[in-house]
Amino acid sequence: MSLSGFEVEVQRQGNAGLETEEMTLNMGPQHPSTHGVLRFVIKADGEVMREAIPDVGYLHRSIEKISEKVGYHGFMPYTDRVDYVAAMFCNQGWSMACERLAGIEVPKRGEYCRVIAAELNRISSHLLFLGTMILDIGAMTPFFHTFREREKINDLLEELCGARLTYNYMRIGGVAWDLPPNFAERTLEFLDALEPALDEHNDLISYNKIYVERLANIAVIPPDLAINYNLVGPNLRGSGVHYDIRRDEPYSVYPDLEFDVPIGTGEVGTVGDCFDRYIVRVHEIKQSVRILRQCFQQMPTGAVIAKVPRKFKPPAGEAYVRIESARGDMGWYAVSDGSEFPYRCKIRTGSFSAMSIIDRVSPGLMIADLVALISSLDVVAPEVDR
Amino acid sequence: MDATGIHERLKARFEVGVGECNSTAKDPCITIDPAAIAAVCRFLHDDPDLRFDCLSNQSGVDYKAKEQIQVVYHLYSYPHRHRIVLKVDVPRETPALPTVEGVWKAANWMEREIFDLLGVTFDGHSDLRRLLMPEDWIGHPLRKDFVEPEEYHGINTSRESLLR
Repeated sequence: MSLSGFEVEVQRQGNAGLETEEMTLNMGPQHPSTHGVLRFVIKADGEVMREAIPDVGYLHRSIEKISEKVGYHGFMPYTDRVDYVAAMFCNQGWSMACERLAGIEVPKRGEYCRVIAAELNRISSHLLFLGTMILDIGAMTPFFHTFREREKINDLLEELCGARLTYNYMRIGGVAWDLPPNFAERTLEFLDALEPALDEHNDLISYNKIYVERLANIAVIPPDLAINYNLVGPNLRGSGVHYDIRRDEPYSVYPDLEFDVPIGTGEVGTVGDCFDRYIVRVHEIKQSVRILRQCFQQMPTGAVIAKVPRKFKPPAGEAYVRIESARGDMGWYAVSDGSEFPYRCKIRTGSFSAMSIIDRVSPGLMIADLVALISSLDVVAPEVDR
Repeated sequence: MDATGIHERLKARFEVGVGECNSTAKDPCITIDPAAIAAVCRFLHDDPDLRFDCLSNQSGVDYKAKEQIQVVYHLYSYPHRHRIVLKVDVPRETPALPTVEGVWKAANWMEREIFDLLGVTFDGHSDLRRLLMPEDWIGHPLRKDFVEPEEYHGINTSRESLLR
């Protein structure tokens, strides 16, 4: 790694008696760039970090323990709170785990409703990522552009399920309601406007020289390290690993849909740097738009939910399902003892592993680049703590 | 490779420590003795035909009726796209087993979480501290017999006090 300007200065003046000593700094738990409530203990020599140790748990609500008390249907609204930026995926993960336990098949139209809701949610989650990432780097304007588009998705999803953030839209066996009238037309209209807006976004900021220089070659995560730390989703693909659960372990109706899996190519620096993790998400939005257009074309008519008894008692056993959430491979491990209540539910999230790699990647970074690293990993604190 | 094949490979490599294989379960699983888990994981990770390079999930389940805590490993191989589940039973009174942090770094935090919420000790772990609960918390919330304390540092935790 080349020396920063500060380090060069320290070396140059070293003989002139300039002494440096290690400082311990506290960052958080309230800090706008930490995306929720979390804290870092930073050991730094001037501006260069020796170590950044994450301290999590501020948002721990024992959601897994709650699952053991509220029953299978009753747990659905709680899953929204696991990752409130992309709650549809939590709904979907829990429904799929329950369906796998009980061997329930979801009607085709229900699956399409799920994919439409989930992909809209993926776009909105990625738009939030783009806005906040750029804001953390220090640019204000693009934040308003991405949030303008995100508001339109919130409106669409509110129409779909009555909530803008914690949707509680899916049910075991399908979804709660069919699409509202004219939903397809309005969504397609939005998608038509989103694509030029995204191009404008790229012109404005993505390849802006100042922005690129803040991200290129910063916090490089090589692919084998990413897999060893179980990085998932866009973070893994940013490191150049060509893997997407939707394509490689397909579930729902994804086998019937055509889309590409973008990966980091090191186009402005090294594969696996902050820029790659950023740009992968920009490309993923475009793929989600493609998926949504196909969904509206292919969607059959029919029921949106299978017959599931109100008193849901899956046979004793266990199931592990993985879905591709906005933050990547999300694992739901559900154990049933045959009663009305889950015996155990474990949720393994993308932010959890992303958070655990920070103290490995941070040594040698500037303090300001820690902010870039955290945002580029798209960490959502409640998803770490659950 | 399917679960039966993986089980045969393990049986051939390890004389003791590899238990039964349940290949008819939704997620086929192999039972492993606590003492053997680290070596088995190292083999599963390194063997070129198996190459389990990803610890997808590690969780603990408290089976109170059996007086056991089960640690469950969901492994996945990116090169071969195959998977297996390993299960290790440890006694509920003295739950301890070797860490697999040396094989997959991802285990570092997942084992800390299991230690925190279920009180399982991972021998050889580099940094076994509570992860989610406060450092001075007493007890392990995901145990089936956990009773929530009435207050924490003078903060009343009962629902009734909130409704008043």
